[in-house]
Amino acid sequence: MSVQFRPAVLLLTALAVAGCWSSDRPVPEGEEDGRDSGAQLTITGAGASFPFPIYSRWFSIYSRENPVRINYQSIGSGGGIRQMIAGTVDFGATDAPLTEEDLERIPGTLSIPTVLGAVVLTYNLPGLEAPVRLDGETLAAIFLGELRRWRDPRIQALNPGVEFPDRDIIPVNRSDGSGTTYVFTDFLYEVSPAWRSRVGRGNAVRWPTGLGARGNEGVTGQVRQTPGAIGYVEQVFARQNNLPMASVRNVRGEFVAPSIEATTLAAAGLLERIPDNDDFRLSIVNADADGAYPIAAWTYLLIRPHMEDCRRARALLDLIRWSLLEREDDVRALNYAPLTMEIRLRALNALRVVTCGPERTPVFDPAIRFEAPESGARPTEPEAERGHAAEEARDAERD
Amino acid sequence: MPSATDSSPALPGGQRPVPPPSSAPGGGEGGRFLPSRKKGNLTDQFYGMILKLFGLTLPLLFVFIVLRIGQEARPAMEAFGFAFITSTEWNPVLREFGALPFIFGTVVSSFLALLIALPLSVGLAVFLTELAPRWLAAPIAFATELLAAIPSVVYGLWGIFVLVPFLRFTVQEPLSRRFGDTIPFFEGPAYGFSMMSGAVILSIMIIPFISAVTREVLAAVPRSQREAALALGATRWEMTWQVALPYALPGIIGGAILGLGRALGETMAITMVIGNRPDIAASLFAPGYTMASVLANEFAEATGELYLSALMEIALILFGITILVNIAAQALVWRVARRGGAA
Repeated sequence: MSVQFRPAVLLLTALAVAGCWSSDRPVPEGEEDGRDSGAQLTITGAGASFPFPIYSRWFSIYSRENPVRINYQSIGSGGGIRQMIAGTVDFGATDAPLTEEDLERIPGTLSIPTVLGAVVLTYNLPGLEAPVRLDGETLAAIFLGELRRWRDPRIQALNPGVEFPDRDIIPVNRSDGSGTTYVFTDFLYEVSPAWRSRVGRGNAVRWPTGLGARGNEGVTGQVRQTPGAIGYVEQVFARQNNLPMASVRNVRGEFVAPSIEATTLAAAGLLERIPDNDDFRLSIVNADADGAYPIAAWTYLLIRPHMEDCRRARALLDLIRWSLLEREDDVRALNYAPLTMEIRLRALNALRVVTCGPERTPVFDPAIRFEAPESGARPTEPEAERGHAAEEARDAERD
Repeated sequence: MPSATDSSPALPGGQRPVPPPSSAPGGGEGGRFLPSRKKGNLTDQFYGMILKLFGLTLPLLFVFIVLRIGQEARPAMEAFGFAFITSTEWNPVLREFGALPFIFGTVVSSFLALLIALPLSVGLAVFLTELAPRWLAAPIAFATELLAAIPSVVYGLWGIFVLVPFLRFTVQEPLSRRFGDTIPFFEGPAYGFSMMSGAVILSIMIIPFISAVTREVLAAVPRSQREAALALGATRWEMTWQVALPYALPGIIGGAILGLGRALGETMAITMVIGNRPDIAASLFAPGYTMASVLANEFAEATGELYLSALMEIALILFGITILVNIAAQALVWRVARRGGAA
């Protein structure tokens, strides 16, 4: 039965694809231009698991509208970098910025920021109503094992009028290597000299004290089961699970509760800090901006500066353009923080160096620049203006 | 059928002179019997080759795995040498790697698990084969075997939400309050997530294996042995203890090793309850870390050649320990069996 059925399915698929393509001429063999070819193209990527929900939403919607399938495996940032080095994927994704060591093995690889994430502190203090307030030094002392009781004067000083239970503090960390750990230790590294010299920062570090748990859900589980525990998880995860979240003091001395807006603000003043060579591998923890949540980071796509297959390269870059310029609503819907429009445009312009094919033709038309409308785009731009920018970019690309 | 004619010219190529060779050139219509026999000969050879291939696949696979992991682990071996096994420092940031805490965690948690599981499993098996009425034995045996079918991540979740809080509040905290200062095994603080929780969850996971094997070998004790013991005036207890169990001992050891092997390699469940701290502590209430857990935890995000290769070396050591345990077990089984034979 199924054998007889199969040709029919194939025929239908072929018809459907041909229909999308809307032309009567037969598909020329070895068609160069990806846009006009009817055959389905599969792009593979691998890497960070933190942005997986938003990527999979972007990629599935894009696949519905275009004859391109994107196969993204969320195997972890380190895995993504390894696959890029091995050359088995078309693009990679990572939370922690590429190290110089890795960059030497894949020279010229572009790190393109896509969305922002934040790491929040969650805790288990039965009977405590108000959110706990903490600052960088206190957090470092807790995770270094130097501050062991909730009733410590240092914690009390940050939380005037709060009655803490007389309990040990039990720090819980991620035992699996993780971009979340990178962001959190990056923050402690920036704010605490003691942390910098004794622990450092990385996807996995030597924790001086506390318990290790696997994954965001593991940390949450251990914190929930252990009165007095404090652990760090991704904001998206904490929000979905309604976990208590501590407010953290930023450089300007404000105690900021984690939120999408406060995360976006962490990257607001960043445009000037991006060097002229468009190296986006910047740390945005402890951002010096009003209302900015201090434990934030962006997550990157890793794109090769040159790709052999032009069809593939065009499809990939168009996907990124479309995702960054037109899909901000998805970002918010999934509790991620969007990048400001200036940074998205800057990132797209950085992609103009990407070339493809034996003749190294630029993938994006060199004549165009992605630019915001004259008024200057803001992150909370009304729909029309963003649409405009997107249209402009699309028009330019068609030429 | 057309293949019969094809096969006859091919036959002289076959080296095996097994069937009467004189009949081979007969060929043609010399009777339906001969061609079919020739064909059978060829099929036999083919069959033998296939089986040989299957037989060789596993040892080859084994060799290939060892070589491959060894090759990947080489940079770490060269960088740290023997100190890799004796160092307790595991610091991915500074690229310093030592495996001792993981080796300690794996070995201690597994043997503790065996210590808990073995008496329980043997007791259970004795009860089921010697004492329990049939209407009770069947459902209990079935329930025990069901334990083996539960995925280990489910054990882990159950561990986080039920076992760990239970151990923490009803076992660890009282014990560490009373004996914490005098007995190092019970030293606090009691987090719940600890070597003890890891060992308990492992023991629950290996009980079905050990008890199933023990039940089988007890059931295989010849009836005549039991009857002889009873006829000599032995009580039921004496018969079980002095006849059935010694007879079944090699099998029970085999079952225990099966369980130990599983405990050594178990990853998910123990990762979720052991606390994942690469420390060596005497206290059962302190968190620990196992080799399988650190592989599962850190492999996906490990970057840099040395880091990866250190993880590979841990894999190699885990492999080595498992092999050693199995060899030791085999030796033990032989020894026990020989002694049993001599007695």
